[in-house]
Amino acid sequence: MPSLQFENVTKEFPGVKALNGVSFEAHAGQVHGLLGENGAGKSTLLKILGGQYRPDGGRLLLEGQACDFHSAGDAIAAGIAVIHQELQYVPELTVAENVLLGRLPTRFGFVDHAAARRLVAEKLAAIGVDLDPAARLSELSIAQRQMVEICKAVMQDARVIAFDEPTSSLSHRESEILFRLVHALRAEGRTLIYISHRLEELYALCDACTIFRDGRKVATHPVMADVPRERLISDMVGRELQDIYDYRERPAGTERLQVRGLRSHGLPHELSFGVRGGEVLGFFGLVGAGRSELMRLLYGADHRTGGQVLLDGKPVSASGPAAAIAAGIVLCPEDRKEQGILAQSSVAENINISCRRHGLLGGVFLRHAREAALADEFIKRLRIKTPSREQEIRLLSGGNQQKVILARWLAEPGLKVLILDEPTRGIDVGAKNEIYRLIHEVAASGCCVIVVSSELPEVLGIADRLIVMRDGRISGELSRAQASETEALRLALPDEVTA
Amino acid sequence: MKTLPRAWLKEHSMTLGYGLLFIVLSLSVENFFSAANVVGLMLSVAQIGMVACTMMLCLASRDFDLSVGSIIAFAGVLGAIVLERTGSVGLAIGGGLLAGALIGAGNGVLIAYLRVNALIATLATMLMVRGLAFIVSNGQAVGIADETFISFGDTLVLGLPLPVWMTALCFLVFGVLLNHTVFGRNTLAIGGNPEAARLAGVRVEALRVWIFLLQGLVTAAAGLILSSRITSGQPNAATGFELDVISACVLGGVSLQGGKARIFGVVIGVLIMGTVENVMNLLNVDAFYQYLMRGIILLAAVLLDQLKTRGERRA
Repeated sequence: MPSLQFENVTKEFPGVKALNGVSFEAHAGQVHGLLGENGAGKSTLLKILGGQYRPDGGRLLLEGQACDFHSAGDAIAAGIAVIHQELQYVPELTVAENVLLGRLPTRFGFVDHAAARRLVAEKLAAIGVDLDPAARLSELSIAQRQMVEICKAVMQDARVIAFDEPTSSLSHRESEILFRLVHALRAEGRTLIYISHRLEELYALCDACTIFRDGRKVATHPVMADVPRERLISDMVGRELQDIYDYRERPAGTERLQVRGLRSHGLPHELSFGVRGGEVLGFFGLVGAGRSELMRLLYGADHRTGGQVLLDGKPVSASGPAAAIAAGIVLCPEDRKEQGILAQSSVAENINISCRRHGLLGGVFLRHAREAALADEFIKRLRIKTPSREQEIRLLSGGNQQKVILARWLAEPGLKVLILDEPTRGIDVGAKNEIYRLIHEVAASGCCVIVVSSELPEVLGIADRLIVMRDGRISGELSRAQASETEALRLALPDEVTA
Repeated sequence: MKTLPRAWLKEHSMTLGYGLLFIVLSLSVENFFSAANVVGLMLSVAQIGMVACTMMLCLASRDFDLSVGSIIAFAGVLGAIVLERTGSVGLAIGGGLLAGALIGAGNGVLIAYLRVNALIATLATMLMVRGLAFIVSNGQAVGIADETFISFGDTLVLGLPLPVWMTALCFLVFGVLLNHTVFGRNTLAIGGNPEAARLAGVRVEALRVWIFLLQGLVTAAAGLILSSRITSGQPNAATGFELDVISACVLGGVSLQGGKARIFGVVIGVLIMGTVENVMNLLNVDAFYQYLMRGIILLAAVLLDQLKTRGERRA
């Protein structure tokens, strides 16, 4: 008997049918992968599983028993744990407090912190994660916070554990730890649901998989290993996709952007590099190597203690993002939730937030018609799934939100340098292809494009040149011909570790 | 299509609610629906209405301003004193407005550049400016004798007093500012996500200073108008005013978390507050009960709003 069943589940939101009669089964002691484009319904499915949403139709069965969750607490009590894409933690509390939130051990009515720390330390050691239970979440990196989430789920001894894109902020090493964990949990007889866009991961971890498209189930493959990659992609996208990276040769222009000796308190070593017009420059490195910090420095978002940035021979002021944008440099940030989206505003407002306005009384009055047209154009171009341009952005799926932020920057007039920090995080294969095509288009128009990415296949697939960073320094530069997985990793990994 | 009317109803629930209230009151309370009473109602909230326009921008940018009551008093007192000393209405008005703008800018600098928490900063300013008002006036009301100055409060245009026209003008100007200018859009952006706004090129600190400066200016204007109406500058005027203004904004759907504001909502919020006070006066309700009522209405409005947003999330 399958341990988890979705029977004809339907879920509607104003204007959008997120799930339309979805049925599938998952078995104990198996990892069941869920694939699909953004907005296909995977995150909604998980929210129903986790008790945050109630289905409008159909039902959920656990071990053959129908479930009716009214809250996340009900789901947890039933033995379900969900690790979400948008991490849910309390920054000011410690690791131990976050892991045991709601179930802290007490002594005579007072919280027993020592016991909490001991319990959590044991669990962390058991799963092979190196974290101090007394550390505050706000001091940890995104990757470490994700580890805490996973520990929390394991701590709740859930029989069904669902992962929603867990490796999007994890380094190679941390992902390895996660995979070992998943195998261990599977061996314990738990039912695991795993959502990811990274096909290599899915092949490595999943026994079976189900593919969604537009809120419906397209196919279930009970033996994942037997399914060829192309079949998965075509199931997801609904059409054949040859090479998702779509790389095209471009003539190398002159060097337009020059970064000389940039330094800050967080990046004490002087960093210099250049980008040619029409070039896509990739930046690879492990999480924490300093790539995002370097980009923020370039952009003027962080304080510079030394160095210069020159665009077309003219120095760019370090006074702040406004000066960078005026010079034609834009940055699409890494963390869309904290640094990108204006949650209460609409899609159109998010796209138009920074576009410089020209024309009569340019810069004072909004040009509503023009903004609406611009928003529509980009919704079409980037295939953003939204019922209308006035839809509140927080109601869109994560991947579509990312597309809106990209649209904001692609729409910037006078664009000369496009810096993208993890642009395809949380985006499915079909949409990734669209974004890569856009990157090539922007480069072909003569702009400089910098792409920071932790996904090696991606950065090898689209970049003309690759710069690798390690521990706040540039450890090497590879041309497209020279670049390979081994070479890039060799430059990225610290010396003590052999590839 | 069937969900559309429901969404529209939700969006304009406060307006419809007020419309209903107005009708019910007109039918049940004697003297409510008379020209004199309605004009009086509008006049009673004219000052709150003016300052609510700028407070709307302040709250929308995720800030707070508790100093407006003190600025009203200080501007009134200063205007009265300058008028007394120089005899020039122009100088009096100019002086009052300048003082308001400077105090506002001061608030802005404290909050945006020195990064003092807005609540604390304006609490401090509130105390200091109130103190200044008492110091400058020697703790006593400063009488105004100048006819030109006093006439502003009384003059009727098309049956409505000038202060009401001023307030209407403020609603118009700030409505346009909020919805049709880059300034308004950026204000909502820094309230919605200050870091995202900064990375998008919005000059966050400068904008915050401007918002507080405008607030100081408009509040000073309200203070001068008030002093014209009561023919004196009172150092203890408008105590508790800031709470009325913020209540009106919250009733009008302005989110205290920033990023969301509608000018029409603020108009309704101000009218609701004025109506409640007006009706209680007409019914001869004890002044102490009025406090109770205002608190209850504010709470009810916020709870209703919570229910609405919670309903959306649960869906």
